[in-house]
Amino acid sequence: MSPATYAYYPGCALHSTAKEYDVSTKLVTKALGIELRELEDWICCGASSAHTISRPLSISLPAHELVSAGKQGLPLVTSCAMCFSRLKFSSKEIQDPETREMVGQVLGEEVPENQEVNHLLEVLSREEIPVTRSLSGLRIACYYGCLLTRPAAVTQFDDSVENPQIMDRLLQRLGAETLDWPFKTECCGAGMLIPRRDIVIKLSHRLLYQARQAGANCLAVACPVCHSNLDLRQREMRSRYGDHFDLPVLYFTQLIGLAMGFSPAEMLLDHHFSDPMPLMREQGWVKKG
Amino acid sequence: MSRIGVFICHCGRNIAEPVDIPAVMEATRAIPGVVYVDENQFTCSLPGQDSVRRAIVEQRLDRVVIGACSPRMHEETFRKALASAGLNPYLLEIANIREHCAWVHGNDRPAATAKAIELVRMAVAKAARNQALFPKEIGVTKRALVIGGGIAGIQAALDIADAGHEVVLVEREPSIGGRMAQLDKTFPTLDCSACILTPKMVEASQHPLITLRTCAQVEAVRGFVGNFEVDIKQGARKVDQEKCTSCGICWQKCPEKVPSEFEMGQGKRSAIYIPFAQAVPAIPVIDTEHCRYIRYLKFNEDKEEGKAPPQCRICEKLCPPQAIDWEEEDSLITEKFGALVVATGYKPFDPTVYEEFGYGHYPDVITGLELERLMSASGPTDGQVLRPSDGTPPKTVVFVSCIGSRDETKGHSYCSQTCCMYMAKHAILLQEHDPEVQSYIFYIDIRATGKGYEEFSRRAQEEAGAQYLRGRIAKVYPKDGKLVVQGEDSLIGRPVEITADLVVLAAAMEPNTGAAEMAQRLSISYDSDHFFVQAHPKLRPVETQTDGVFLAGSCIFPSDIPQSVAQGSAAASKAAALLNRDHLVTNPMTALVDPLKCTGCLQCVAVCPFNAVETQLSREQRTLAVINEGTCKGCGLCVSACRPGAIDLRGTTNQQLLAEVMALW
Repeated sequence: MSPATYAYYPGCALHSTAKEYDVSTKLVTKALGIELRELEDWICCGASSAHTISRPLSISLPAHELVSAGKQGLPLVTSCAMCFSRLKFSSKEIQDPETREMVGQVLGEEVPENQEVNHLLEVLSREEIPVTRSLSGLRIACYYGCLLTRPAAVTQFDDSVENPQIMDRLLQRLGAETLDWPFKTECCGAGMLIPRRDIVIKLSHRLLYQARQAGANCLAVACPVCHSNLDLRQREMRSRYGDHFDLPVLYFTQLIGLAMGFSPAEMLLDHHFSDPMPLMREQGWVKKG
Repeated sequence: MSRIGVFICHCGRNIAEPVDIPAVMEATRAIPGVVYVDENQFTCSLPGQDSVRRAIVEQRLDRVVIGACSPRMHEETFRKALASAGLNPYLLEIANIREHCAWVHGNDRPAATAKAIELVRMAVAKAARNQALFPKEIGVTKRALVIGGGIAGIQAALDIADAGHEVVLVEREPSIGGRMAQLDKTFPTLDCSACILTPKMVEASQHPLITLRTCAQVEAVRGFVGNFEVDIKQGARKVDQEKCTSCGICWQKCPEKVPSEFEMGQGKRSAIYIPFAQAVPAIPVIDTEHCRYIRYLKFNEDKEEGKAPPQCRICEKLCPPQAIDWEEEDSLITEKFGALVVATGYKPFDPTVYEEFGYGHYPDVITGLELERLMSASGPTDGQVLRPSDGTPPKTVVFVSCIGSRDETKGHSYCSQTCCMYMAKHAILLQEHDPEVQSYIFYIDIRATGKGYEEFSRRAQEEAGAQYLRGRIAKVYPKDGKLVVQGEDSLIGRPVEITADLVVLAAAMEPNTGAAEMAQRLSISYDSDHFFVQAHPKLRPVETQTDGVFLAGSCIFPSDIPQSVAQGSAAASKAAALLNRDHLVTNPMTALVDPLKCTGCLQCVAVCPFNAVETQLSREQRTLAVINEGTCKGCGLCVSACRPGAIDLRGTTNQQLLAEVMALW
């Protein structure tokens, strides 16, 4: 059994664009008896920028969170795939004593050698989840994104880089059908949205096309950036490619919450752009009309 | 006091430039026991050897030290020089002042000179304690065992037998022929593989000096060069070879159908079967795992729950000569051999680890060897290339090279050598089958280095219209019943996407199943990929470090047919040269156990890599270790492992090592 208390690193998106991820995470973990103690002084992980300009910066920024969690003596958990990736890279780099010393000088604090880092998916997949509302009827394409499994030597996330199963098995236990599809860990385009919107639309369109091809009636994601690209951009995909997907894109925490009996409103399902409500009505989880 | 002569070699300027030779000579003259010091431009030259011989006679030398290159180079040369001057050849000592000194300290002359003096002093100290050693003669069993009945093993067996020696050819499959039997046509001449292989298979089976043992495996190997004793497990066919007429009724009528290994799982065979039409021997074998009657017997024996399998026995009822023999069991045969040829071949790499390419997931992603079977006229589709998913002929085919080759993260670091050529062959053959087929070949480099290979590869491009795209692929995924291949054309620096009907992966060649265990049985070395290690990669390419064990074919490294045949013949010539001799001379520099000190702990047995330590009971019924001088290589592992210090190494005794160390002070 995993420890019941974690240091929680939400990352910047969870307090803004991915509020529904944060809210559902907190409700679900609380109901499961897991305490998430948000780091008090958390800062940006460096995301996609830091490691393209400065190696010391890209290791030191996440190391700040490692130090902070280390002080509390708690394992660290994050819900964002980018934060997870940067934290894992940083904790691998500081295995090297010279790097650890360098980072220690940057932060002005001693850096712990072995700070446990989890993605929320790893933590929740270890839990027994009481199901009061079976997710049967949902045909879910689990989308892990490109960062959780790669590089395997750093993230050590799942047995398979190309076809991970951890989210699939979790959602299957809740009664859902999960689909075998080949784009589980392909890139959605991520932060390329700012400089090259066309690339993101193309890549994300490809993902949704394949998910629909596989017979999905919704997607489950574990990353705020993946979510925003797949959820928010469906209208642009329609005007560019003529595909009407109308596929709800849900955080896996929202799906867990639904299975545990929380209402779609409590899980902030009405915050999405590709409306999940028709699917909820079809499932009989909200009243029709 | 011994009379030691020391000869310092200049090796041209190799040694003379970094080392001050006159200083070395002067220091050497002062060593007690040294009565003569000389120098040569090249001591290994004929005049150089003559000067050593003359000095031995004129100066009445009884020990010789040569300060020159590594003993791996010229120890044998100088031993012969000693012998021709009437001195026991083992009274020679070599101080390696080239590789161990001049070459590594080239920019520090005083240090190199000082070290050379020390090396010579050590050699003199050791030489003073050298004893005359005398090799022994051992007999030779004039028979060879060839392990593996692929093309390399068949060629080796034929050549040894043609040289007049008996050969036993052991093959674990029911037929000889190996991987070559599975191929359709062969590059670069496109002759039909079976047409050139089957005559050799028949010749091997009919040769009066060759005994074929199929369904057989080598279980244990004892002994040493010229005198191996091998346990062979002869698997039961459950068909009487004497009675069977190969009429084929049994395998046609057998109701149990299972995927055929020979067809790479793409076709079916029955539970009693011959693997392919031209199998040698053409005696069927009963697959005991799948045969209904044997499953029925096992069901009753184990008192399993549920419904019993049917008591079929159709083959037995229909067999005209009554050749089915349910009683036949595996047996163990022990035979003696003078030489062993190992030709255990390769197996294709399993591409399922490349999950992104979907092998095993999408039926239309296949390997090169699977395509061979689809192309073969005797294959599961009678030579029509059809998509496994829906049986339609493919029009767009994508080939991907280096699947498991040149990729340390998922496969092997090495190049499998044959794939570039067989991809070109496949493109040419596909185009011959159906001129509408368009082939695309993703490659890293085109490696076409054999005779006629480059021309053949160009033919694929120019005549068969194959599009070569330089780059790796990233992903294969299904779309509307076809496969989309995403890759990169690194020459134009752009991603490419091809919608294909069939994707063929050029899977790497890796050592056959059980290669490491086989190497351990034979006491030969294998590398990190489990290929067998040659005694010398250039100069002894088909020998191993274990005398009398020779190698051929893809168990050494991925080889194409011409290479495998050449290695088969080369191994055969080495084996025949060994078997032609009546006696072998052993290396006298072996370990020796002092029975008075041996406690019988047998730590030496555990560490000996050559199985050279045997046990014996003393008169007082104590267990003692005894070294087999025929097998011992003189490596010295047992000497350092021996706790009571009962083992010593002739030619490098503990006393001599100590004297060498003491000479440094």
